[in-house]
Amino acid sequence: MVTMTLPDWLASCRDLMRGKAGPAQQQAVLRQLVWPLLGILLFLLLWHWAARNIQTSLGQFPGPATVWEQTQALYQEHREARQREVAFHERQEKYIETRLAQQPDWQPVRRDYTGAPTFFDQIGTSLITVMSGFLLASALAIPLGIVVGLSAGLHAAVNPLIQIFKPVSPLAWLPLVTMVVSAVYTSGDPWIAKSFLNSMFTVTLCCLWPTLLNTAVGVTSVSSDLINVSRVLRLNAFEHVRRIVLPSALPMMFTGLRLSLGVAWMVLIAAEMLAQNPGLGKFVWDEFQNGSSQSLGRIMVAVLVIGLIGFLLDRLMLALQRFLVWDKSAARR
Amino acid sequence: MTALLELSNVGMAFDTPTGRFEALKDVNLKIAAGEFVSLIGHSGCGKSTVLNIVAGLLRATDGGVILDRREVSEPGPERAVVFQNHSLLPWLTAFENVELAVRQVFRKQKSKKEMRDWVAHNLELVHMGHAMDKTPREISGGMKQRVGIARALAMQPRVLLMDEPFGALDALTRAHLQDSLMAIHAQLGTTVIMITHDVDEAVLLSDRIMMMSNGPSATIGEVLPVTLPRPRDRVALADDPGYHRCRQKVLRFLYEKQRKVTPLSGRQEPAPSCLTGTDAPPRGRG
Repeated sequence: MVTMTLPDWLASCRDLMRGKAGPAQQQAVLRQLVWPLLGILLFLLLWHWAARNIQTSLGQFPGPATVWEQTQALYQEHREARQREVAFHERQEKYIETRLAQQPDWQPVRRDYTGAPTFFDQIGTSLITVMSGFLLASALAIPLGIVVGLSAGLHAAVNPLIQIFKPVSPLAWLPLVTMVVSAVYTSGDPWIAKSFLNSMFTVTLCCLWPTLLNTAVGVTSVSSDLINVSRVLRLNAFEHVRRIVLPSALPMMFTGLRLSLGVAWMVLIAAEMLAQNPGLGKFVWDEFQNGSSQSLGRIMVAVLVIGLIGFLLDRLMLALQRFLVWDKSAARR
Repeated sequence: MTALLELSNVGMAFDTPTGRFEALKDVNLKIAAGEFVSLIGHSGCGKSTVLNIVAGLLRATDGGVILDRREVSEPGPERAVVFQNHSLLPWLTAFENVELAVRQVFRKQKSKKEMRDWVAHNLELVHMGHAMDKTPREISGGMKQRVGIARALAMQPRVLLMDEPFGALDALTRAHLQDSLMAIHAQLGTTVIMITHDVDEAVLLSDRIMMMSNGPSATIGEVLPVTLPRPRDRVALADDPGYHRCRQKVLRFLYEKQRKVTPLSGRQEPAPSCLTGTDAPPRGRG
């Protein structure tokens, strides 16, 4: 039962343009489009004014205009890097070809391009890392949450541990994770980069808890009437979980998943900064250490991109929730 | 008369922080196949506890329940329950709700098509054929209760247990559903135990009315056979002296012999139904 619907504000605009907008639609356009745009505009003006009045050792604090310039510059750098990469591979192929022509029994060795990652590469790295860490955490937290929610004894046993580990900062986990990964994952030619594993496990450790807690709460708050239905029907344990518990707990579970993904994204940036692991965090840290006159502008670009991606990730989860969860009202929050 | 269902010396006690609370004592009841029996009493007297014991959702602390010469020890579809607040799975359509029960009961006996037809047949029986693909939140309270009845009937229970099935409905909807229930009972000959606190409903529907005394240690105080001929028509009965005699007897029992004295101030006896945990209001789902 999937229907494609326009976002609310777009639908309202469509009605407005078709001339069939009543006062309700006008209100909606005002609330969903005009006020938010005004808010953003006001923020840009304030930012512009404030930036002009802040002088740092790296020059003036970047205003909106500077940030826009730097965004373009970063994009330009990315394109140039790609062109260099393409050129590198072309050169390599050409070299192999000519060498093979002279020396047919030679075994060609193809090397990867080793240019520095661009801003956009770092975004990609961060996204892959955060999703890996989040998926691993979800794969652990959801089943555990269901089991904990079903058994009062287990809940009592696990609850103190959850409460203690939940508030731990990623920065505290990071050294431990790093040491354990180095100790356990000892391959000379690692298939997966250690830095990636470090970031991923740190993210996992920090974003387990909201999903775990909310799933457990969702499972414990299954209506006793529905449990009685399940008993009268003599559903076995597996069917009981599949037919009654999971659908009941799904709205709460998604609340947890959304919180977890938010935590995961925040934790990842911090972990990348601290550990110098590839990603947006490293980009910010490198620019800070670099200390050129453009650095602050470029950091500001990263800050905005981090915020935007966090927002989009949350929207993604919301869309998934609307698609999967029967209780549509829960997804409006 | 050979009893299909027999409750002998059923007693129920709950351990509470303030000591042992005896909710039911020596409840004896024999019900023949095809009989329609209602349990009536003041709220908190333990009607629901009796029903939950028959359903197997609660274990009696004394005595026992025998259905078809077998002791009841756990819930099962041969004692289908129509719950007070419908208890439909909100994420399934009316059809899927009934289908879940049918699949569970007839998995080994019916083919897929037969099961689908059986689901549809039961929904038609309660006049819900037109709204099979609606989810519970898209239909009214009366319609939800109809689907709940269809789900219970579809299990082909030996005894149909109804826990104040129409308590939450408005008077007109309730009358409609009562008429439907009478028609279904006449057609299928199902054995029914129904809890109610509506005197008219009890007299209209029942072959016998079990009147329960107030707790603690509640039990069946009096039994009133209702011999009014079937099919019964609510409008015709309004002028029937026999109907009024029955009504009066129940009213006398409830409001003279078992008058519930509730102090206006001060502490109230905890209602046993609050202790069973089975009919506590559903907790919110955050």
